[in-house]
Amino acid sequence: MQLVFEKRKSVSRRAIVLVPILSFIVSLILTGFLLLAFKANPFRTYIAMFIGAFGSWSNFTETLVKATPLMLTGLGVTIAFKLRFWNIGAEGQLVFGGVAAAWVALFWSPFLPAWSLLPMVMLVGMLAGAMWAGIPALLKTRLNVDETLVTLMMNYIAILFAEGLYYGVWRDPDGYGFPGTKPFPEAAWLPRFSGRAHMGLFIAIGIGLLLWVAMNRTKWGFELNMIGKNQKAARCLGVNVKRNILIALLISGALSGLAGVSEVTAISHRLQQGIAMGYGYTAIIVAWLSQLNPIAGLFVAVLMAGLLVGGDQIQMMMGLPAAMGLVLQGMILFPMLAGSLFTEYRIKRIDPRNSRVAESNEELSV
Amino acid sequence: METEKKPILEMRGITKRFPGVVANDHVDLELFPGEVLALLGENGAGKTSLMNVLAGLYRPDEGAIFIRGEKVQIDSPRDAMNLGVGMVHQNFMVVDTMTVAENIILGLKEVSVIPDMGKICERIREISSHYNLKVDPNAYIWQLGVGEQQRVEILKQIYRGAEILILDEPTAVLTPQESDELNNILRQMTSEGKAAVFITHKMEEVIAFSDWVRVLQHGKLVTVKRTAETNPQELARLMVGREVLFRIDKTPAEPKDVILELENVEANDEKGMPALKGFSLQVRQGEIVGIAGVAGNGQRELTEVITGLHPVLDGSIKINGKDMTNRSPLAIIRSGVSHIPSDRIAMGVVGDMSVASNLVMKGYRREPITHGGLLDPRRILDFARRLIDTFKIATPTPETHVKFLSGGNIQKTILAREIDSCGGVLVAAYPSRGLDVGATEAVRNEMVRQRDKGSGVLLVSEDLDELLSVADKIVVMFEGQSMGELNSTNADVEMLGLMMSGVSKKKAEKEYYGSDHATGV
Repeated sequence: MQLVFEKRKSVSRRAIVLVPILSFIVSLILTGFLLLAFKANPFRTYIAMFIGAFGSWSNFTETLVKATPLMLTGLGVTIAFKLRFWNIGAEGQLVFGGVAAAWVALFWSPFLPAWSLLPMVMLVGMLAGAMWAGIPALLKTRLNVDETLVTLMMNYIAILFAEGLYYGVWRDPDGYGFPGTKPFPEAAWLPRFSGRAHMGLFIAIGIGLLLWVAMNRTKWGFELNMIGKNQKAARCLGVNVKRNILIALLISGALSGLAGVSEVTAISHRLQQGIAMGYGYTAIIVAWLSQLNPIAGLFVAVLMAGLLVGGDQIQMMMGLPAAMGLVLQGMILFPMLAGSLFTEYRIKRIDPRNSRVAESNEELSV
Repeated sequence: METEKKPILEMRGITKRFPGVVANDHVDLELFPGEVLALLGENGAGKTSLMNVLAGLYRPDEGAIFIRGEKVQIDSPRDAMNLGVGMVHQNFMVVDTMTVAENIILGLKEVSVIPDMGKICERIREISSHYNLKVDPNAYIWQLGVGEQQRVEILKQIYRGAEILILDEPTAVLTPQESDELNNILRQMTSEGKAAVFITHKMEEVIAFSDWVRVLQHGKLVTVKRTAETNPQELARLMVGREVLFRIDKTPAEPKDVILELENVEANDEKGMPALKGFSLQVRQGEIVGIAGVAGNGQRELTEVITGLHPVLDGSIKINGKDMTNRSPLAIIRSGVSHIPSDRIAMGVVGDMSVASNLVMKGYRREPITHGGLLDPRRILDFARRLIDTFKIATPTPETHVKFLSGGNIQKTILAREIDSCGGVLVAAYPSRGLDVGATEAVRNEMVRQRDKGSGVLLVSEDLDELLSVADKIVVMFEGQSMGELNSTNADVEMLGLMMSGVSKKKAEKEYYGSDHATGV
């Protein structure tokens, strides 16, 4: 008997839902072997991670704290990926948004009424993120420069620029040598609602819902879809491809910028070391695992945040490296990429003796 | 006599399945040395699959192949080459940036690491003079025209020792004169005991080129005939399974106002070489203007400057009296231009979106598809169902992704969308290329109907029969210029052929009538 891949006659809806779930289970199994190598019981470890992330309200609020920037950057990346614009620069856009937020919060307060400080911080932070994504978008649409490289490189520029600021000119003189700026005035704080969980969560959820409507029910979303799936045809049909890419990337960057704003205004209340936590990279996993569906993206962000928080927990409770959560995150992507094959292909059995195709190939298809 | 000859090639019971289709269903084939076999069938009848099995590109699910009486297994093009089977594909497999000689030895195992190019060129020259295949071994492929590239492909196969030459729709890209040359080459080869299989869906070519003809229909072999004992009408009937109308019914055109006008348009191709050189054209409401010419003489640039996809360097384009030179594609669509693009998969549809979505890709901008700023999925479906009905698009559901449809139904999807949104000008580039007879008929009739509704239609085609039967006027393009305009009712193929090879109408008339007189004497 021989197994071959056969192209399906239509895209399998079942596979679209099943593949991410099965990928998650496969990654749990694979990471389980790694845990065994660390002489840890995988079941106990996973239970500890789950309890650490979701076991109590206060643990859950920590998960929500990490889910918020993941939602925003994940949604930002989703818009860009929808166009097949490989924006892997969400991290840099987040950091640059945080830097701009710090600038407004630290230096504009004397000139602005208190009530307008936070809105201004958010606006400028989003503009900064938009700018940081707009540069590669312009380079791509005007000069056809590869966006993958530019967005990646601009991450380093943003991160080092931020470091330069909080280690250097913006460093808090009363900070006992800690790399960070002075704390922001309270008027620039984004309110928290429980523990460290803050209003950014609701903003992110709202944006996720809005984005779903925009992508599925508006002309704009229809055009994004066309461009992403066949740019040439979109152009032939009168869609302004370059303008759409630019607008989409400005929005993509603005959302990541907003994630940076919420990190500095709700969590640390200053720009400090730790602004670049890797959310912008995890955002790629969020976007991919949610199959570019903004609503699914919100849930996936919570799951990924749970892995981060759970990872911290097993470090404290079981003496295992916290990076185990990150390992698990990375592990999900492999079965996911392999599994996406099944949305368009299925396995067919061939019997080489009479070269006849086995009739019962339905059971084998995912 | 043939019964005494032994076949050089036999294929028995070849079956090849693809998901959802049986491309070849127990097909038998015999080929004798010194003969040309035509493999005739509609698109999707399984001609190319069968030959891909022979050339080692596909592995058959069932069946056996015998070459010179011995059972063989062909697992790769290299196996095929070693058995003396060579295939000239529809899309030439040549590397543009390499010379003819380099292309010919590319991938050959026998060639040493540092090839002796002098010796190789000598051998190439030998073959080319023997078969009258005029090619310069040191020329780069990009310098060659399509006809010459095809000669390179044939030369390559002979160089590699092909005894059985397979040609997949070889004349699609050739002028009538170049086709004649190809015929001579094939005759020379077969006179030396070589054999050829030649895939086509044109009846005239079967008659002109082949000794035997095998007709395939839906993957099955329906007939084997000696070419001398059949005629185009019979072949057409066998191929489609019913009588075919070669001429479509249409009344004489009643042209009204000029709706599309090009004046001295200049444009470059993508490499920056002049593609349109002062091209002028007028299309009136209620007429179909055909553009004839060998592909690559500026037709693509012509359709793209009109639709706003390609920049105009000089000259002007007027649509409905308004200057639309270098306006955006959207502005031109809004001024009433519909476009059936030459590359329907790459430019005409979004394969990963549904039939319904593809049908509204022009209508989505206006009410009632968009309602209060939002797209209305129910109205999109209603709209799509109506067009699917009217244009008889065969799709399982409106939600099926377009890429799962057949070529003919993809083209009907484009046609439905473009005709439904047409505001007076229809630009159609090769609208029936690669379609089967049924779909071709539908496409052609639709263009005539559009004309009768008062639209101006510009039809670019490489199929002279199509131009002669559908268009009212024919403009011949050569190297970005117009060679003149003919009335399709009194135009003839010889004349068109001359103009397509760069002879102006005046000169062609003189030459043509000149030779006519000569034969008369």
